Amino acid sequence: MKAVFTRPRSLTDGATHYCPGCIHGVAHRMVAQILDEMDLADRTIGVSPVGCAVFAYDYFQCDFQQAAHGRAPAVATGIKRAVPDSFVFTYQGDGDLASIGTAEIVHAASRGEKISVVFINNAIYGMTGGQMAPTTLEGQKTTTSPAGRDLADTGNPIRMTEMLATLPGAAYLARGSCHDIKHLRATQKYLKRAFEVQERGEGFSMVEILANCPTNWGMSPVESLQWMEENLVPYYPLGEFRSPEEVE
Amino acid sequence: MSERQLQMVKGNEAVAEAAVRAGCRHFFGYPITPQNELPEYMSGRMPEVGGTFLQAESEVAAINMVYGAAGAGVRVMTSSSSPGISLKQEGISYIAGAELPCVIVNMVRGGPGLGSIQPAQSDYFQSTKGGGHGDYRMVVLGPATLQEMVDLTYEAFDIADRYRNPVMILGDGVIGQMMEPVRFPDLMDPDTLPTKEWATKGRRDREELNLINSLYLDPDACWAHNQHLARKYAEMQENEVRYEVVHGDAEYFLVAYGTTARIARRSMTDLRERGYDVGLVRPISLWPFPEKAFRDLADRARGYLAVEMSLGQMVEDVRLSVDSSVPVAFYGTAGGVMPHHADITQQMEDLIRGTGDDR
Ligand SMILES: Cc1ncc(C[n+]2csc(CCOP(=O)(O)OP(=O)(O)O)c2C)c(N)n1
Ligand code: SF4
Repeated sequence: MKAVFTRPRSLTDGATHYCPGCIHGVAHRMVAQILDEMDLADRTIGVSPVGCAVFAYDYFQCDFQQAAHGRAPAVATGIKRAVPDSFVFTYQGDGDLASIGTAEIVHAASRGEKISVVFINNAIYGMTGGQMAPTTLEGQKTTTSPAGRDLADTGNPIRMTEMLATLPGAAYLARGSCHDIKHLRATQKYLKRAFEVQERGEGFSMVEILANCPTNWGMSPVESLQWMEENLVPYYPLGEFRSPEEVE
Repeated sequence: MSERQLQMVKGNEAVAEAAVRAGCRHFFGYPITPQNELPEYMSGRMPEVGGTFLQAESEVAAINMVYGAAGAGVRVMTSSSSPGISLKQEGISYIAGAELPCVIVNMVRGGPGLGSIQPAQSDYFQSTKGGGHGDYRMVVLGPATLQEMVDLTYEAFDIADRYRNPVMILGDGVIGQMMEPVRFPDLMDPDTLPTKEWATKGRRDREELNLINSLYLDPDACWAHNQHLARKYAEMQENEVRYEVVHGDAEYFLVAYGTTARIARRSMTDLRERGYDVGLVRPISLWPFPEKAFRDLADRARGYLAVEMSLGQMVEDVRLSVDSSVPVAFYGTAGGVMPHHADITQQMEDLIRGTGDDR
């Protein structure tokens, strides 16, 4: 089996609470694998959001803090300032990061806060039962946009990574996807670069990961991956948006 | 030692320096009048002692930075004034729920809404009854002099650490802005403080993983957590009551805290000079409220006059602390207007006359 599918040391044993086929579990594994590779876990404090990943603290073999909805970057700032030699990452959904927590993410990035953000964009509010998110696509049906998202009424889906790329403090920004193995590997590479940027003290880093929510999208896991490829990826371009080399 | 000499300082700077002396090396805040001198002082002082001063993007962010830093085991403080403290309420609830020690300063100004920038005491309910959601309590201390504010701030960090709970210093625009001579305690080296075994600093060589959290999805587990908190709050009620009674042998008592207590004291002196048997009860801990002060006066007190810079908030706790047969009158000014001692004197005279004393 490929290394991608073995259980990293930085993950706890046992099942997660995520729905079958949900990418949260895959993303956890990718993060844990980089923590393993870089031997970071014993110096790491993770910050879990309010959203489906609230229980991330149960799954990672490292210290954790659970933050209020959207406030993870502020909490991470407090931690990193208190323990500068630690490795601090937040793990946030798109409701958490791109709606209620926009001020915190923008200013953490703007300050060049030496933290890493794992941003799971599944274009919907998973935990609360499938309401519209700021990242929900045009025409996408959710429980609060039952006729499909109407841009004239609700504005356009926010591209957070591009928005943060206007800030000099954001040293590393990338967007990956998990709809197939190839993109999963690229995302893993982005995560590693992001974590290295923090370790080198170069500033703020974030990897946006396009993800699914088969449960609230009303699709099978396989259908959801296909929907990602056909709809999410075209609207949310993949790749690196900022890296220290580019900044120099 | 020169460090222990009397120094003339401004209230807001006095709290800041007291925090530094107590080993606080992390401060997160957002500008708001009338407490701006506090973060301004910290911005210069923290670098001198190897600490962190950070101006957050909002009070919401500031209190969550406090959460993160407190969870990582350092002594940490934030300060604000009424509208900003309102924004911090969610964070304070999380801090109390996750049992994190920190010190929060509120230099209260007139409300509601944007209100005024003048002194007020109208955040009493918010601070003592839990302005955020859920059943939580925090120790709230209301100093009346700068020396007392320095001493209470220094102590507040110990109280916070002892109970793993937020502690609030409740001042007002006057106490933040006034100047008085104070003596600061010696500078504490935070490295000499006991280590917080529960803190999340990264696992290092610890056996267990640490978690800072207020989520208990299972209602039974959340109930157990609440019961644990309730036991802790009962301990605070047992140990953290602070108050001053002046002329405890009097028949009538003014009740006031903070700046208002200074004015009430002047009225008390005037009234006594005119032959009225008046004393003063000055709550210092506003939560836990000093019910004991009133219990101890139960067999002599014939009436109380609570005075506040509010429409009447603390007076409710006074009424809960005395027998219903004893009159508790109220006099207050709100919105940034301070009560005048002559008006307080008049109100007390009316109370005494009204209860049948003809003098
Ligand atoms: C202050 C506050 N507002 C609202 C909520 C309710 N809430 C919980 S999770 C959530 C949205 C989570 O969506 P997202 O961040 O996209 O994460 P996902 O569940 O999709 O992973 C909301 C609105 C809350 N817990 N706190
Ligand atoms: S609700 Fe959606 S995001 Fe949440 S665990 Fe289920 S599939 Fe994943």
